[in-house]
Amino acid sequence: MRVTRTSSAASIAVIVGTIILIALIAAPWWAGRADMRLLGEIFLYLALASLWNLMAGYAGLVSVGQQAYVGFGGYMLFALTIFGGLPPLVAIAGAGVLGALIAVPVALLIFRLRGAYFAIGTWVMAEVFRLIFAQVSALGGGSGSSLPVDIVRSMAEGRDAREALSYWLALGIAVVVIAAVYLYLRSRQGLALTAIRDNELAAASLGIDIWRTKFVVYVVTGALTAMVGALIFLQKLRISPDAAFSVNDWTAFVIFIVVIGGIGTIEGPIIGTLVFFALRETLSDLGTVYLMVLGLVAIIVMLKAPKGIWGLVRARFDLQLFPLGYRVIQNKTDKD
Amino acid sequence: MDWVNAIVQGTLLGGLYALFAAGLSLIFGVMRLVNIAHGDLIVLAAYLGLTVVMATGLHPLLALVFVVPTMATIGYILQRGILNFTLGDDLLPPLLVTFGLSVIIQNGLLEMYSADPQKMNAGALETASFAMGSLSLGVLPVLTFAIAVVVIAGLQWMFYHTAIGRAFRAVSDNQDIAQLMGLNKRHIFGLAMALALGVTAIAGILLGIRTSFDPSVGGGRLIFGFEAVIIGGLGNLWGTLAGGVILGVAQTIGAKIDPGWQILAGHIAFLIVLAVRPQGLFPRVSG
Repeated sequence: MRVTRTSSAASIAVIVGTIILIALIAAPWWAGRADMRLLGEIFLYLALASLWNLMAGYAGLVSVGQQAYVGFGGYMLFALTIFGGLPPLVAIAGAGVLGALIAVPVALLIFRLRGAYFAIGTWVMAEVFRLIFAQVSALGGGSGSSLPVDIVRSMAEGRDAREALSYWLALGIAVVVIAAVYLYLRSRQGLALTAIRDNELAAASLGIDIWRTKFVVYVVTGALTAMVGALIFLQKLRISPDAAFSVNDWTAFVIFIVVIGGIGTIEGPIIGTLVFFALRETLSDLGTVYLMVLGLVAIIVMLKAPKGIWGLVRARFDLQLFPLGYRVIQNKTDKD
Repeated sequence: MDWVNAIVQGTLLGGLYALFAAGLSLIFGVMRLVNIAHGDLIVLAAYLGLTVVMATGLHPLLALVFVVPTMATIGYILQRGILNFTLGDDLLPPLLVTFGLSVIIQNGLLEMYSADPQKMNAGALETASFAMGSLSLGVLPVLTFAIAVVVIAGLQWMFYHTAIGRAFRAVSDNQDIAQLMGLNKRHIFGLAMALALGVTAIAGILLGIRTSFDPSVGGGRLIFGFEAVIIGGLGNLWGTLAGGVILGVAQTIGAKIDPGWQILAGHIAFLIVLAVRPQGLFPRVSG
């Protein structure tokens, strides 16, 4: 008998994943401009979805207010480059640090709310952020502002180089986020988190500090979401309170991605992102009807297959591409 | 005097917020369901009212005769058809399903009525006012506040003095034992949602008379209702009215300092209560 984490499916996934990743890194040499923009957007949504999934699917923190950090990160990119004179790349890292700092007092307040009330509390917080940034006239107030041309130019020489850099940054953050979630869940802390998800009372009686574990997840998620937000608005080059703190763009879509793909799995957000963009590219001409279809699909998935597409796959084939659990494998010789 | 005026107007505004909150509070109390689509249902009621008014030429308040039963029916069907299947120990299904509903209602309204702001015309009622001392009070805000008091008193009476209220309290305390005592919890939940959406219908019509509305304003109404519930304390309907009043007063005082601060001041009042007294100001004593 052997106890192992990997499986042949996981090994194949590593190989295929590496090949895909190399192809994606090389995209500036083979993909067109429009394709790269789309891919960049896909990566940023993938990062947002993986982060939301870590909170909702593992830490039990269902937030409908992550747009607070997306918008905050975007605004910090603008503030740090325009007023702080920092280069954009440094400003993105700075947005992450500031995101973590602001997440601490926010968490202290809204962790007083439980369950579903926590969810609406996060939304209130996002509204507070939006209203405050709408009051800051230096950043354009309610109508927003654009990133000055010389700051954009300072990123790289020429438009192609800039677009390639922006693409790599998006790809980079998606890879970093997924790797961070994966490694975190495999660690001791991740085990504690899984224990809390399965049974809070039992986890507490084993000596796990529930509040602290959730707090750490919330703050780290806030920091990374702020960095993703900075990258989103580095691509858009324009920010306004309504766009930055949009509940539809940065939370509703992200929730659909995770629910459809499979909540509480690392694979789920990846599948969900692909499905979401496939639907969007084919149905978005329908406008509002498309959004209604999306809402309907999410409801049906939640009622009929609460573990999403990846949950169905896993139930059928017992696959795990990102091995988190351990499995016991019986050696052939043991049977005799 | 300006400040007294702001406080009085804020108090009256609080009546509307309490109506937003009453339905939310009721369904949370009975089945521990937090309905993210609540604000969109308020807006849906406003649009239903608008449709009735345009089709029949009735006064918006008389449109309630149609809108309340329609919303109640929608509530019962919604609960029995969808929401009952989401209830359980897991928090996610009800939250995400009502979130999906919210998106569907919002975009459905957008499809049918476009994004143009609409308003219901209540004729002379909108501008009528009377003097009280040196203050001038609008008839509509006073009427709204009075309706809120009547609705909450009615719900309170229903909860503690009628058979259906007893059934609500029974399923709220223990669903399984209530079921053993011969109550059909699925039906009771359906009735609770019907009642909640009936109240929501009143809130929606009053909202539509007071201000203009468009399909996107639902989220904001949900947040106001939610803040009123938390400020007042969970499970206490009169507390919810007090919460609505505090929120309304904070908003009018904020608006007085700077018009851009109106909504923000309400949120800040909510956050202060959350920081100082997270169980709300008047929580129900729980065993």
